[in-house]
Amino acid sequence: MNNLVFLPVLLPLLTGIILIFFSKYIKIQRFLSLVSSSLGIILSCLLIGKVHDQGILALQVGSWEAPFGISIVADMLSSLLVLTTNIIGFAVLIYSFYSIGTGREKFYYYSFVQFLLVGVNGAFLTGDIFNLFVFFEVMLMSSYVLLVLGGTKAQLRESLKYILVNVISSALFVISVAYLYSVVGTLNMADISRRIAESGQPGIITVIAVSFLIVFGLKGAIFPLFYWLPGSYYAPPIPVIALFGALLTKVGVYAILRTFTLLFYHDQQYTHELLGILAIFTIIVGTIGAVGYWDIKKIIIYNIVIAVGMITFGISLMNEQGLSGAIYYTIHDMIIKAALFLLVGIMAMITGTSDLRKMGGLIQAYPYAAWTFFIAAISLAGIPPFSGFAGKLLLLEGAVEGEAYVGFAVILISSLLMLYSVMKIFINGFWGKPRAYKDADLVPVSRLAVPAALLVIVSIALGLGTEAIYPYISQAMEPLIDPAIYINAVLKE
Amino acid sequence: MKTNDIILQTVAKVASLVIILFSIYIFFGGHYSPGGGFVGGLLASGAIVLLLLAYDLKTVANMLPVDYKLVVAAGLLISSATVSGALFFDAPLMTHAYQYFELPLLGHTSLHTAVLFDLGVYLVVIGITMTIIQTIGESE
Repeated sequence: MNNLVFLPVLLPLLTGIILIFFSKYIKIQRFLSLVSSSLGIILSCLLIGKVHDQGILALQVGSWEAPFGISIVADMLSSLLVLTTNIIGFAVLIYSFYSIGTGREKFYYYSFVQFLLVGVNGAFLTGDIFNLFVFFEVMLMSSYVLLVLGGTKAQLRESLKYILVNVISSALFVISVAYLYSVVGTLNMADISRRIAESGQPGIITVIAVSFLIVFGLKGAIFPLFYWLPGSYYAPPIPVIALFGALLTKVGVYAILRTFTLLFYHDQQYTHELLGILAIFTIIVGTIGAVGYWDIKKIIIYNIVIAVGMITFGISLMNEQGLSGAIYYTIHDMIIKAALFLLVGIMAMITGTSDLRKMGGLIQAYPYAAWTFFIAAISLAGIPPFSGFAGKLLLLEGAVEGEAYVGFAVILISSLLMLYSVMKIFINGFWGKPRAYKDADLVPVSRLAVPAALLVIVSIALGLGTEAIYPYISQAMEPLIDPAIYINAVLKE
Repeated sequence: MKTNDIILQTVAKVASLVIILFSIYIFFGGHYSPGGGFVGGLLASGAIVLLLLAYDLKTVANMLPVDYKLVVAAGLLISSATVSGALFFDAPLMTHAYQYFELPLLGHTSLHTAVLFDLGVYLVVIGITMTIIQTIGESE
């Protein structure tokens, strides 16, 4: 019995509920959500410590034993992702204080941020496939509201598309779960895995695996299913984009990682090769987008697509280096994407536009923000002392071991073009002749830069402390290679 | 000439009372027979909607001066407090407990903490339905 496992979900839920009562008192809302998200960081650190000492923790909710009740399972992977989520939530909250505006704050903004965190943390921690669906919906419902809150024209148009795509993919999720349930007769992921292993994954299970791939691919934006992402992530205000870009697609990727290592790993010839091909196309499409645009938000948005491709490529390799590379890269990318969106948001706010050709010379007036952006940019590309390096190196090692040389080349070339795309922002936005911007004095740049710098510091620590973090990553990777560890921890055999 | 809907209003007054009683019956019967918090909540909000049809938004708001958004929050709070109550008894979360009591009038009755969870659901359903209907009704 480990109630600690569920507390990262319960805490934001209670906070979100209490914040509804204080919808008109902005100071109380800010204070409470700040306290709650700092508590969340502490709780998830405790969780990581406990998982490190005792191995995988499973909580049988309501005292009903494993295949019959709902299991909440914290392995190292989930715990690390929960910690990352909480850190990002904390930084985005501080950024929101100075940028979101009282109109949104009075309309339950902070409650919905907390509910989004409930959904994301829950999706990472659950051990039950239908529960995963429910937490997906909690997350998506809050994201619908955060996307449309404010009601500008672009937001309304994009939220229609976003909701349409996600309603369809959620329906497909339910259908896939129904198929899976009618074949194996259980919903607990450990139990499903055991039963699929007993039957040796017949053809119908592979079909279900591909339909799950379509569902999670729609949520996580992999190659033919990413089309909704660039528009939808362009519309909302910056802190909301940072939350979406860092968390939402990664939950889809996590679900692919979980299902393809725990449930559908018997017919890798078909499923994992398909995943590998889609991943490579995802990287290519993302790179084309990132290089092609002159809009700072669009460039970072297409960098999300690249990262999703990189991580799914790591999953498709199914060897130790590939998977630990995917885990490391996921954590790095969540943090650095949030930081980049926050920094790009500062640029857009100062200049009043997100068109790169209409800005320049920002480094003169805002040197700290500029150098923070520079570090974030080279960290994204994977320059050695920073956090993007280790993950990419592991992915490349995995590609060599899995003899996936096309993927190897695509990752290297796309890294170069990723660097080009963010350096384009740096060179054109920060260097050059300073221009006069109308409302630049109204933007509290020094305050807004603090949360972004915080995330960049976390990312630097992640890069410099790779040695210290690696044991955790490899502990997270073990149950992915050997599902028996996970199954035994949940079903207690 | 103003239309007179006295028959509708008189019937609505009586009928909504009966519907609310029925929703409470359904709510408490949920453990042993079909029903429970969700249907009960929908029925109760159905009763309020009937009043809205017979009168207008303002009159009903005067009859029932509640902010339904706070009803939602209160319902969520009750449910999640019931869920997290297990923390204080060293049990896994969402563990429910029940006990038999000798109550006056009702006699030998079992009381279960799942009712509290259902009460939360009941309030959330009423709150959500009424918020949706009121918001759509008020906007021009």
